Amino acid sequence: MITWRSLLKRFLADPVALVSGIVLLFLVLMAALAPLLAPQNPYDLMQIDIMDSEIPPVWRSDGDARFLLGTDEQGRGILSTIMYGTGISLIIGIGAVVVQGILGVTLGLIAGYRGGWIDAFLMRLADIQMSLSTLMIAIIVLAIFSATFDANIYADYAIFMLILIIGIAEWPKFARTVRSSVLGEKKKEYVDAARVIGLPARKVMWGHILPNTLTPVLVISTIQVAEAIMTEAALSFLGLGMPVNQPSLGSLIRSGYELIFSGSWWITLYPALVLIALILALNLLGDWLRDVMNPRLRRGDD
Amino acid sequence: MHILAFLIRRAIQAAIVMFVISLIGFSIQDNLGDPLRELVGQSVSEAERQLLRDQLGLNDPFFVQYARFLGNAVQGDLGTSYFFKRPAIDVILDKFPATFELVLGATFIFLAVSIPAGIYCAINRTSWLARFIMTGSIVGISIPVFLTAIFLQWIFAVELGWFPSSGRGETVALPWGWETGLLTLDGLSRLVLPSIALSSIMLPLFIRLIRAEMMETMGTDYVRFARAKGLSTARVRYVHAFRNTLLPVVTVGGLMIGTLIAYTILTETVFQWPGMGFMFLEAINRVDTPLIIAYIIMVGLIFVVVNTAVDFIYTLINPMVKLPGAKS
Repeated sequence: MITWRSLLKRFLADPVALVSGIVLLFLVLMAALAPLLAPQNPYDLMQIDIMDSEIPPVWRSDGDARFLLGTDEQGRGILSTIMYGTGISLIIGIGAVVVQGILGVTLGLIAGYRGGWIDAFLMRLADIQMSLSTLMIAIIVLAIFSATFDANIYADYAIFMLILIIGIAEWPKFARTVRSSVLGEKKKEYVDAARVIGLPARKVMWGHILPNTLTPVLVISTIQVAEAIMTEAALSFLGLGMPVNQPSLGSLIRSGYELIFSGSWWITLYPALVLIALILALNLLGDWLRDVMNPRLRRGDD
Repeated sequence: MHILAFLIRRAIQAAIVMFVISLIGFSIQDNLGDPLRELVGQSVSEAERQLLRDQLGLNDPFFVQYARFLGNAVQGDLGTSYFFKRPAIDVILDKFPATFELVLGATFIFLAVSIPAGIYCAINRTSWLARFIMTGSIVGISIPVFLTAIFLQWIFAVELGWFPSSGRGETVALPWGWETGLLTLDGLSRLVLPSIALSSIMLPLFIRLIRAEMMETMGTDYVRFARAKGLSTARVRYVHAFRNTLLPVVTVGGLMIGTLIAYTILTETVFQWPGMGFMFLEAINRVDTPLIIAYIIMVGLIFVVVNTAVDFIYTLINPMVKLPGAKS
């Protein structure tokens, strides 16, 4: 078992993990403090001016000192939209993983502990759902949702829909991980002991087995947040995710990418770089965490 | 005998998946929009509407309507697209070649790159190039497909002008009605960027997979035996060891077909590629229900066929595999 102290020590000793951690911390703080730090509130109509549209970044000859990274089509500062957008991407990413975790841990625990037909059924369902792919499921569900409801209703519920859909579509990853650790734990003496003293199955599962399966859950959570953010960005890019008046990084890229043809590349490039930095930092941290917590789980890369 | 039992099992499973998909398709049709409004407009009285509803069978019980939908679907009738005013199935089949050729291009690129790169990284584990490829692969996994597509389009089409930025270009009609872009220079040059974009996210995953599998087989007894027998290093590596890495590659490849179809939607959107994915997004925006349903059913069909085929190939190339459901 690894203590928090030794974890911290190894974290500080690994330059890749350290840099990823710093980048992630920076992005999270930037997003959390956006209302305080952002140069303007880009979604307050009083603060934006259409006359400021498509101004290039400040170091270009026709830049404007008020807008460090330039402005978009409607005169919103790119820096400000990124700060707000990163927050929305993070909320959806983390929210979806919480849903995945709750569903996946519960179902994985039941499948592993009960075994029998319920296990066979859940794992078969997991197989089919995994091979359909989260993005495909999400696209189809959101397509139906957006075709059924009025655009305004859709915009109001988009954030909850995204969290729920990405959460439900990805439960098999957690369920499989928890199930395989439960199968390993089930045979151990402490479980027998708990059962012998007459504890009900529910208590044995949640109180005794669960705490011993949480390490792998923690390990995959980080990478799952990265995946969820990536899925959300793809959906928003297709116009099935966050609406333009409440954009995530994906919707910012959607609203800007066609302007690349007219030379306004900064509207797309900066949100894109932040999105990549966010996903990359999470992936690198996730890989590091897996190597540290469970050397046997390595992807075979060293 | 085992093969037969396995095939029957798979066929049943495929039928269940298709049944669920058709049920989803039908419930969309049932809930989205009023077919009567599409037909007659506002000027018809309520009594006449009711009569028309009865005639069209819209008042029948759910399962009667579903059975009718299924009967039509099996005969290839998925309704008429509101926008194109043509049978939805025809619209889809017209768009299919474009998507198929895009997937073909991407498959070609990622096989041509991931196999050599994976083998190289497994054999020269500590070389700087292998380390570079492995580090690059985690960066590659972290870049969403649509961003790769946008960057490729921006750099190579807009800034450098090496390739056309969008569309499919000139096509040639093949005898069986297939419009191919693979036979003209224009068509091929337009295929390059979308294919790279589509292959970009599968590539790092497959390089890692092939590398890991290759490293594992290189350590097995039969590879050591082949070496001890005095076979050349190249033969041991590329014939004996590599052949056994193909099995997981086929399996994972089959499992990723759903993801691949989703990525065609993203790639086609960026490059305005006139395939099924781009059409699907337009159909969503136009609330063209028959076309949305036709796409979902078509994708379901492709998915089921590919998965069943992959399982079958798997059992053929690996005689050791224990078929699920078959008694050993």
